[in-house]
Amino acid sequence: MKVAVVKYNAGNIFSVVHALERMGVEPILTDSAEELRSADRVIFPGQGEASGAMHYLRQHGLDSIIRSLTQPVLGICIGQQLMCRHSEEGDVDCLGIFDADVKRFRPLRHEDKIPHMGWNSIQNHKILHFAQAQAEALARRSQHNSKLTLFEGLDGEFVYFVHSYYVPVCEHTTAVTEYIHPFSAAMQKDNFYATQFHPEKSGAVGQQILRNFLEL
Amino acid sequence: MLAKRIIPCLDVKDGQTVKGTNVLQLRQAGDPVELGKLYSRQGADELVFLDITASHEGRKTFTNMVQKVAAEIDIPFTVGGGISELADVDRMLSAGADKISINSAALRRPQLIDEIVSHFGSQVCVVAIDAKMDSDTGIGNSDTGIGNSGEEAWTCYLNGGRIPTERNLFDWAREVNDRGAGEILFTSMNHDGVKQGFACNALSRLASLLTIPVIASGGAGCMEDFRDVFALGHADAALAASVFHFGQIGIPELKEYLRKENINVRR
Repeated sequence: MKVAVVKYNAGNIFSVVHALERMGVEPILTDSAEELRSADRVIFPGQGEASGAMHYLRQHGLDSIIRSLTQPVLGICIGQQLMCRHSEEGDVDCLGIFDADVKRFRPLRHEDKIPHMGWNSIQNHKILHFAQAQAEALARRSQHNSKLTLFEGLDGEFVYFVHSYYVPVCEHTTAVTEYIHPFSAAMQKDNFYATQFHPEKSGAVGQQILRNFLEL
Repeated sequence: MLAKRIIPCLDVKDGQTVKGTNVLQLRQAGDPVELGKLYSRQGADELVFLDITASHEGRKTFTNMVQKVAAEIDIPFTVGGGISELADVDRMLSAGADKISINSAALRRPQLIDEIVSHFGSQVCVVAIDAKMDSDTGIGNSDTGIGNSGEEAWTCYLNGGRIPTERNLFDWAREVNDRGAGEILFTSMNHDGVKQGFACNALSRLASLLTIPVIASGGAGCMEDFRDVFALGHADAALAASVFHFGQIGIPELKEYLRKENINVRR
């Protein structure tokens, strides 16, 4: 299986490469359109600042390449945020794959520290009452796309987060985490998957999620 | 809910761990990568590797070790020791560290915090503070360490606790917070090595004063100390070395105990 990792100006790209190598996969790190289009899986990772990252993606034509990919694509952390419509970070228009806007966390109490950093639990979205209708619609839709979800066999597990901006719960949300308020810990639309947390730093659970992605 | 973190700390000299060679059935207990992996499998939430080497050669060995940790361990880790300029930070992050910790260098030149934050982001910047509740500063009661205002008088120290500064713990912590650091790692020199519990009063005051997470260090002796550091000290994370290295407390048992005490920890 050919796995491509999008090469751009965001930090923390090597940790996902290491995680794949631990699973016996040798990914290629690339910004070439042909390499990305011909890969079986594409991972769009990173940690960094949204407007600088979007600027770089546009300059290198990576924005339209990522949007046009048809194989399973996994955005991680800033990758998930850049797949949305717009980000409050640097007030920038993003890739527009998910119909959602990225917001900055605003503390409600003294204990609400920003960034949200550390291990927090993910809830499979369908168990949340208030979003059940969307989740059912999503489940119906995803039945046509794939047999498995990223979170097959996982619910209430802890994963590692580091972020100051978040995607609100929306029709594309597949897993929810509670910090100050519920937000999208993971999302999916068609062949595009994304996690706000870092599966590559989330121990055995994270490795399972990456494996689920490779086995979709 | 965000989990409270348990963080084993490994002191590394010339590529080998310094303490804790009698850790359970580990063939290469001296190898920091192997020991780190063991802790990770046991449920440690993060790891801290401290370079206590002074030599140039030792530094290179440490950088190689950081690369190996990044390749082999799948939880976040912080590296510290001997980081005094941006180039050191860059070298450690390029080698794969998730965070770096600075101590004396920040006290000597606080601007370094701002520089790290603007180059690499606040999440990578941990500022370690060694402080002592003083009995000989002339401020307050020398027996109790309680200042004239009724508050504990804590002084920050340089160079691994060898050189006192003019800085008060709470003022310095506030400045570190306001300069944009991501976390504070506070070690109480009075409690470190004594195994009678963490400095919960000072920790609780830090928690109410700061808007960034506090990692508590110094004093872990038994499982109850970890409960207290979270329940009374309101720490976000607890760091310890010898109780883990010498196998006095196992991380799985500790987490099970904390869950029973209603402390939210990662399964």
